[in-house]
Amino acid sequence: MTEIIILILAIAVLLYVLLGGADFGAGIVELVTGKRGIDIISKAIAPVWEANHIWLILAIVILFNGFPTVFTVLTTYLHIPLFIVLLGIVFRGSAFTFRYYDTVKDNTHKYYTRFFRISSLITPFFLGVVLGAIILGKIPSEVKGSFYEIFIYSWLNFFTFTTGAFVTLLFGWLAAIYLIGEANDDESYITFSNTSRLFFILLVITGAAVFLMADVYGLHLLRQFLESPIAIACVIIATIIIPFLWRSITQRNIFKLRLLAGIQTAAIISGWFAVQFPVMIFIEGGHNLTVWNSQAPEKTMSMLLYALIAGVLIILPAFGYLFKVFKFGNEEKKLVE
Amino acid sequence: MEDLLAARLQMTVSFVFHIVFACIGMTMPWLMFLAEWKWIKTGQKVYLDLAKAWARGVAIFFAVGAVSGTVLSFELGLLWPNFMKHAGAIIGMPFSWEGTAFFLEAIALGVFLYGRGRVSQRVHLLSGLVVGIAGVVSGIFVVAANAWMNSPAGFDWVSGQAINIDPFKAMFNKAWFHQALHMTIAAFASTCFAVAGVHAYMLLRYKNNEFHRKAVRIALAFGAVSAILQPLSGDYSAKRVAELQPVKLAAMESLFETSKPASLVIGGIPDVEEEKVRYGIHIPKVLSFLAHGDFNAEVQGLDKTPKENWPPVAIVHYAFQIMVFMGVLMMGAGILYLIFNFKWKGNLEKRWWLKTLVWLTPVGFIAVEAGWIVTEVGRQPWIIYGIMKTKDAVSPMPGLQFSLYTVTLIYLILTFLVFWLMRRQIMVIHENPQILYDHD
Repeated sequence: MTEIIILILAIAVLLYVLLGGADFGAGIVELVTGKRGIDIISKAIAPVWEANHIWLILAIVILFNGFPTVFTVLTTYLHIPLFIVLLGIVFRGSAFTFRYYDTVKDNTHKYYTRFFRISSLITPFFLGVVLGAIILGKIPSEVKGSFYEIFIYSWLNFFTFTTGAFVTLLFGWLAAIYLIGEANDDESYITFSNTSRLFFILLVITGAAVFLMADVYGLHLLRQFLESPIAIACVIIATIIIPFLWRSITQRNIFKLRLLAGIQTAAIISGWFAVQFPVMIFIEGGHNLTVWNSQAPEKTMSMLLYALIAGVLIILPAFGYLFKVFKFGNEEKKLVE
Repeated sequence: MEDLLAARLQMTVSFVFHIVFACIGMTMPWLMFLAEWKWIKTGQKVYLDLAKAWARGVAIFFAVGAVSGTVLSFELGLLWPNFMKHAGAIIGMPFSWEGTAFFLEAIALGVFLYGRGRVSQRVHLLSGLVVGIAGVVSGIFVVAANAWMNSPAGFDWVSGQAINIDPFKAMFNKAWFHQALHMTIAAFASTCFAVAGVHAYMLLRYKNNEFHRKAVRIALAFGAVSAILQPLSGDYSAKRVAELQPVKLAAMESLFETSKPASLVIGGIPDVEEEKVRYGIHIPKVLSFLAHGDFNAEVQGLDKTPKENWPPVAIVHYAFQIMVFMGVLMMGAGILYLIFNFKWKGNLEKRWWLKTLVWLTPVGFIAVEAGWIVTEVGRQPWIIYGIMKTKDAVSPMPGLQFSLYTVTLIYLILTFLVFWLMRRQIMVIHENPQILYDHD
């Protein structure tokens, strides 16, 4: 039962990265492409970003219902980065909506755009910082010590900054790849392709840096990856895909491109899950919160499971329909035009 | 500033901000759907204009509502970790259902806002209906979770731990129904009066404008019915509160002494030191009737509760008076509207009537905010009524005032921006309705 809930949580996180992450990534891409990207990006994310965002809400709800201790520990010790993430979410969503719906095209659009881009950059970075703090295992086991020791040290270090950069680049890269498929002329096609290549190279470098930095802080991430067969398989898949993905960009095969990027990201995330499971949060001194020692009582878990299954049965078809209408119907519509 | 106070204020600011967007997000899709439906039925283009104009409003309010709602869901943990540690497993269920309903709402809204011409007319109209239903349902779930804090159920509290948890019983606690009913009607009344007020203002400036005239009519039809039903649900709520949280009722009415029969106090300044109300109007026996349906029933006063467990009496009392007063104003306008619809129809076009509507624009939202202050402040000092005190739930992190300042500043700016943007939208669309068709 718990395993199924964890599986749904994992899927929600993965979908949030693949979809919601890419919506943030679109703002990051805009930082590189400038004015040229605005129209395509606005049109691409407007119909879907709110639905995509709710994968995060779902993950949070699963946490505080099914694993209340995990939620409490996160919000207590990572209060500051989570607060920044929230500010980013508020700014990004508001700025994007204002920009999209404000029909008077005057100077204010400059500010909407600025806020949209900056918050699109900051939010993933601090999500990555939170992720880094969860992995690093410096989160204290109790509220004891100075303010710095309790509320800052666990997330303010070079390892979490590297994971922050990694998540940011991952989101930006995904967005760039998706946007290649939204491009409606050669020029923007080339712009998005080049952006995706740039982000990809930076992503690989940062990925390596994550492992290096982990070692610096005494976390032997690479060894953990090598000890887990699933993680090894994920790394192999992610690596094999690279040349195919690279070629798809030049081949202009939109479907293949998106599929490969999706698989690659899923492989990276699954690799992390495999290394992490069953730990939810690594805590200082090895008092880790695991799936087993943090889960809610059985009755709550079974009710949560029913709610999630019913929810997924309702949401997934509707969600699929949304994407069919706005993301896969494009080719036909373009033909009609 | 004390951290507990900062946390409470931050929760208040976040909530006061979010609830307006939540109400509009629940209600305006219904107006939008109705306009769309009328357009399909009558073929009058003014309805299509209206549906499209309202849809833009929904898009803006929904987006800000969604992100500020995200803030709240995190703040439950950021500010009240000890509450969530115990409550999460008990009342997480309505939140997970709410997640589903909200998800469906976001998906359907995407289809409605951007799907015109991409999906069939029937699917498009249906998506509008789904937005409306899912919005109301998700509101009900969230309120059910709040109701649990007022009327905790579905667990046993043994030496600081919750055992024998039953999420189903927790969700359908004794307070969920009256709170959800009262809030849902409130959302309709407040939003519809606000919408009617805005369009009445435009109608005053630009006479005989069909677009704004139709808008006022649709909004008021919903608004009038809700405003007339609301006092009934309010009466029911009062009886439930009298039973479930007598201290809250006593604070609402500033009833310091247990009385049999008890008189209703209207207005007045409660003096907590002296334990009496100055300058209030006392109507004998009415409170007994309102609370228990019997003019001679005993109503429990604050004296039955140790003073350290009293909520801030004055705040609750004032907030309650304000809510009721605003409710009465809206009910009066609602009754007038219905009367004018049957007889003396000409009044609906008169300037005095339109001016009245303009004055009533914020009234519903003031009532909603005041009502939530009654609910939340009236439960103090408890976060889970009778189980856990608010001070025991607060985050151990010092310096919470800084996040309070940040949140307050940002929400002030956002409030200003949204108002400004809406005003600009309304004027631009009025001058050139063709803009509504640009995105298609």
